Amino acid sequence: MTQTAFAEIPPEVPLASHLEAAKSIEGRSPWQLALERLRHDRVAIASAVVIVLVALMAVVAPLVAMAVGHGPNTQYRDTGLSPGGIPVGPNSTFLLGTDELGRDVLVRIFYGARVSLLAGVVASGLAAMLGLVIGLMAGYFGRVVDTVLSRFLDVVLALPYLVFAIALIAVVGPSLGVSIGVIAFFSFASVGRIVRGQVLVMREKEFVEAARSLGANDLRILFVDILPNVLAPVIVYATLLIPLSIVFEATLSFLGVGVVPPTASWGGMLSDAINYYQVAWWFVVFPGLALLVTTLAFNLAGDSVRDAFDPRYARLFKAR
Amino acid sequence: MTEAGAAPLVRLVDVVKHFPVRSGNLLGRGTGQVRAVDGVTLDVWRGETLGLVGETGCGKSTLARCITRLYDLTSGRVIFDGDDISTLSRRRLRPYRRRMQMVFQDPYGSLNPRRRVGSVIGDPLAIHQVAHGGQRKRQVQELMELVGLNPEHYNRFPSEFSGGQRQRIGVARALALQPELVVCDEPVSALDVSIQAQVVNLLARLQRQFELTYVFIAHDLSVVRHVSDRVAVMYLGQVVEIAAQDELYSRPRHPYTWSLLSAVPVADPDRADARRRMVLAGDVPSPVDPPSGCRFHPRCPKAQEICRREEPVLEPRRSDGAGHRAACHFALADGEELHTVPQPAGMAAVQGAGAVPAGGADDRGPSHRAARD
Repeated sequence: MTQTAFAEIPPEVPLASHLEAAKSIEGRSPWQLALERLRHDRVAIASAVVIVLVALMAVVAPLVAMAVGHGPNTQYRDTGLSPGGIPVGPNSTFLLGTDELGRDVLVRIFYGARVSLLAGVVASGLAAMLGLVIGLMAGYFGRVVDTVLSRFLDVVLALPYLVFAIALIAVVGPSLGVSIGVIAFFSFASVGRIVRGQVLVMREKEFVEAARSLGANDLRILFVDILPNVLAPVIVYATLLIPLSIVFEATLSFLGVGVVPPTASWGGMLSDAINYYQVAWWFVVFPGLALLVTTLAFNLAGDSVRDAFDPRYARLFKAR
Repeated sequence: MTEAGAAPLVRLVDVVKHFPVRSGNLLGRGTGQVRAVDGVTLDVWRGETLGLVGETGCGKSTLARCITRLYDLTSGRVIFDGDDISTLSRRRLRPYRRRMQMVFQDPYGSLNPRRRVGSVIGDPLAIHQVAHGGQRKRQVQELMELVGLNPEHYNRFPSEFSGGQRQRIGVARALALQPELVVCDEPVSALDVSIQAQVVNLLARLQRQFELTYVFIAHDLSVVRHVSDRVAVMYLGQVVEIAAQDELYSRPRHPYTWSLLSAVPVADPDRADARRRMVLAGDVPSPVDPPSGCRFHPRCPKAQEICRREEPVLEPRRSDGAGHRAACHFALADGEELHTVPQPAGMAAVQGAGAVPAGGADDRGPSHRAARD
């Protein structure tokens, strides 16, 4: 009887009682529990594998270039272009074909992964940190600080970001660093709002009052009592921000204000391919596929992270 | 104990705490005040338990947070062991924080869910740099044992404990610095009745062991009766009656006290039927705009013209000694009973022009902190 009851417990939901039989003294932190849930989430595992593969692509790009003997920016006008100047399709030399300048699409996709990952991870990391700091300050100190910071966030959120980004880059000149800065700047405001809201909730909790009645100062309350409780939603949001940042970077590159040519980036490749998609499908499909698979993996990973941190949400969602 | 000649541990002098409320209107900055605590004067004597009772929203919890200076007072003074702490800055207040602690109402909200119980209980020791490392751990485990928790559970998280156990954690945290005063803000009202008794008895045992002084807030009169030496009854931010526990329960002077006592359920059905009860009509009026004169008059069966005009003083009534004070123009005689349930029509007549109608829950002011207790 008890055995059937145990068998009915789905593996995704680790029950404290039966997982902890051995480790009954040491409690498991909410972080450990979230990790445990992630480990049992098949989608999370699958998307993690894809993300690791993309990261590997970025790392081994020079090795691939060496292996196939094609540099990322080298133009093979004799072998890589047809006599009429049209890119050649996938063949034994160019596994994924060439682009309009006779460069190897495969090698460029590997190199493009570097740009995308860098932009995605660094920009969302920056955005998350900036948003965290501003949200904590606005939520905790309230009053004038809150008013000033919140209106600032409103302004940032109200800016037509693409127009603004293009204008800004037109002034300071395009580069990967500038792109990352711009992406972070247009993403941190929503993180700031989320954090501010969470802090407002936490600030009213009795444990914060308890800390205050014990004589804790603001800094301690902020970092010991409030921060750990707002970190989970920030992590979730930051993970979901990565694919957005990747697409944002690709958009900038596509519009010609992102990474400076000839550096390979997926967005830039798509932009180049626009004039050739009728004659060179590989030129569009492979960079597009890379972008799609990567953002999809990050999105699914973000969903899983959210479910792991907030199991109630996952259950609500699955019940439908 | 009350008239012990010595100075009281805590003396509240005309303590007032108003919360500003902004009306939700864009143009006119119409601000009002929730008068959560409106002129409370009372003494807490060393070693006693002062019970504080009253309906939801009467300002009990606000008063508690004024005593421990979690709130800044609007006016009035809090004197702790002879020192006026009512205007001290947070830094200057720190030495006093060690001497007065709070136990909170919500066993779930009062413990940080992301921290291990050991560090929660060790917090006061860490903040005041009393003990470090292994010594702190040892002290925390002693505290856990003291309140009836397994010291081995040092590394667990609050979510792994039951409501009663969590409240014990809160008690352990409050006792860590060996305070003199512990303000218990409805420490048992969120617990099951069977668990309530355990926690109340724990508090009583600790009081004897460490000669603690308690301010014990509750809305459950039988719990308050069980633990308190003296009881103060609050209504709309003011103390309407204060007396030794047995005196208040046997000879209530204020009609509000009487009606609260008459509402306490009695386990014996025969006696329950025989007993007179007065059911209070209406809700507590809004503390934003409290009734004129005696604040209880719109709901009081004994109210007369003078009650609307003149605020009664909290003083001994009838033949009472100095320790039993009530704020009522028509204090009840010994054994007097009230059984006229005020009719809505009669109420309207008593209310008069300036008073706020005892309206629905919406009237109770915005969902402000003042409405918490």
